Amino acid sequence: MNPRFMPAVLIASAVLVFTGCSSTGTRDDSGASVESRDGSGATTSGARAGGAWTGNPLENPDSPLYTKVIYFEFDQSTIRSEFVDVLRAHAGYLVGNRSASVLIEGHADERGSREYNIALGERRATAVQRFLEAEGVDRVQINTLSYGEERPAAFGSDEVSWSENRRAVLVY
Amino acid sequence: MIAMNHFVTLLLLLVLALPAKANLTIEITQGLEGALPIAVVPFAWRGAAGQPPPHAVGEIIAADLGRSGRFKPLPVDEMLARPSRGDDVDFRDWRAVNVDNLVIGEISPNGPGGYLVKFFLYDVFRGEQLTGYSMPTTARDLRATAHHIADIVYETLTGQPGAFATRIAYVTSVRDASGTDRVELRIADADGYDPQTIVSSEEPIMSPAWAPDGRRLAYVSFENAQPSIWIQEVFTGQREKLTSFKGINGAPAWSPDGRFLALTLSKDGNPDIFIMDIARRSLRAVTRHWAIDTEPAWSPDGKSLVFTSDRGGSPQIYEVPVSGGEPTRLTFEGDYNARASYAPDGSLMAMVTRVDGQFRIATLDTGSGEFRVMSTGRLDESPSFAPNGSMLIYATQVGSRGVLAAVSTDGRVEQRLRLQTGDVREPVWSPYHQQERSR
Repeated sequence: MNPRFMPAVLIASAVLVFTGCSSTGTRDDSGASVESRDGSGATTSGARAGGAWTGNPLENPDSPLYTKVIYFEFDQSTIRSEFVDVLRAHAGYLVGNRSASVLIEGHADERGSREYNIALGERRATAVQRFLEAEGVDRVQINTLSYGEERPAAFGSDEVSWSENRRAVLVY
Repeated sequence: MIAMNHFVTLLLLLVLALPAKANLTIEITQGLEGALPIAVVPFAWRGAAGQPPPHAVGEIIAADLGRSGRFKPLPVDEMLARPSRGDDVDFRDWRAVNVDNLVIGEISPNGPGGYLVKFFLYDVFRGEQLTGYSMPTTARDLRATAHHIADIVYETLTGQPGAFATRIAYVTSVRDASGTDRVELRIADADGYDPQTIVSSEEPIMSPAWAPDGRRLAYVSFENAQPSIWIQEVFTGQREKLTSFKGINGAPAWSPDGRFLALTLSKDGNPDIFIMDIARRSLRAVTRHWAIDTEPAWSPDGKSLVFTSDRGGSPQIYEVPVSGGEPTRLTFEGDYNARASYAPDGSLMAMVTRVDGQFRIATLDTGSGEFRVMSTGRLDESPSFAPNGSMLIYATQVGSRGVLAAVSTDGRVEQRLRLQTGDVREPVWSPYHQQERSR
């Protein structure tokens, strides 16, 4: 099963992880598939030390930094637990590269009214922004932009497509 | 839909004969049983035989009346006679085919590029003329004249003003082979004819809103990867950027007097409703709340705004005086009500609602509080009232295509407007007042 379709009950643990985010010990209870590739920790230097990748760390397929899209539940902006490690990795990268900046795009699925979905997309982008800031990223490194339902990633009108469209995208 | 089984499906397909420019095709998917039978005789041409007028005025009038659902035009091939002057009318020809009313007319040359259109409306059973006009026009305005005649016929026979001589703005999106979206803001006549692109972009265009004078549109454009609110003159194409704050610049809505624009800005951290004095460019916050507040719409008297807010946990419609203050919640049916707008007379409010997981158009009777689901799609959105309040146009999906649909506000007539390729969305019906046409 694709991790993005994990049950909504995990949101509760995501919130716990989020509130206790300065502690490295809390990461054991979140997404295992990401963590196993990244045993030395979710920072850029750790990813480099763990493999032979010499290119741009954002493009290393074995790094959580490679993941730049996270997904949300309908009408929700809570960071799901399986994406906490990904966002921590991005926070680590941005803290270690103070000249780097990221644009967080917020998106919604096609259901409901378009301007409300713009607001929902912004709320998702802002949730990611706050997570990164709580991890030490400087506010000036982050920009947000909501596209609402105007820029879908998947074009079907079913739950599979909708779940791929309820997303935040990190653009470096 | 209420009492749908009482009504027949008309399935009147009006494919507009136009060149390759992507036109809207209108299809009446549900008509009204008991629509008034009327005959509109093709208008006679009094000029040179080889140079007929560019449009068939009688056909346009008949199509308008049929599209309203209130009338059932007699097919031309069932007419026993084709009079064009009062002296030629024998009412027995029309009683024999059971029509209640008859429209006849003629078109004459009237100077260079000009025409004179005469028409007469009769009550067949009383055998008397109800109205008749002589209207000078031009080749360019001939369709507008035909729509104007349809408005006069409609008002004479129903007592309500027609809305045929109006236009619709809408957004289209076509994806090319390279995966690039071409998004356009277009304006077409209310019958789908003569679509004109007024903005074209590879970035999203959203939320078109007519100024009350029908001469300007406000809209949101994401050009340069930043949402901004623009105001554009429809006839000249001139435009200016009104707001481009950090965050959301969205949901523009004109005050009834055209002096103010209500809009959504998130520059202070989250979306709130603001009012801008357009001439002074001064900005005033109407709501201040941590929740999402968006999609403002003015009451017809200009004294209050309705808007969407999720301050109660799910999106619902609230009302607030334009001076600010504590909003009042207006909707309590279901867990999703958004994008409300008032009918021109304030008697109804249209919105998007979720019913059994489907997103549909609903109306709320502002007097009785009656809540009525008006559409039958899964993903219906963006309702907009015709300026006479008779119809609601909205966006829906057929297959995976975005199309437009319209439903009469009494729920009895439905129609669809579709583009040959690509998606159509966010329809907004123009107000009445439009003194000139573009080009």
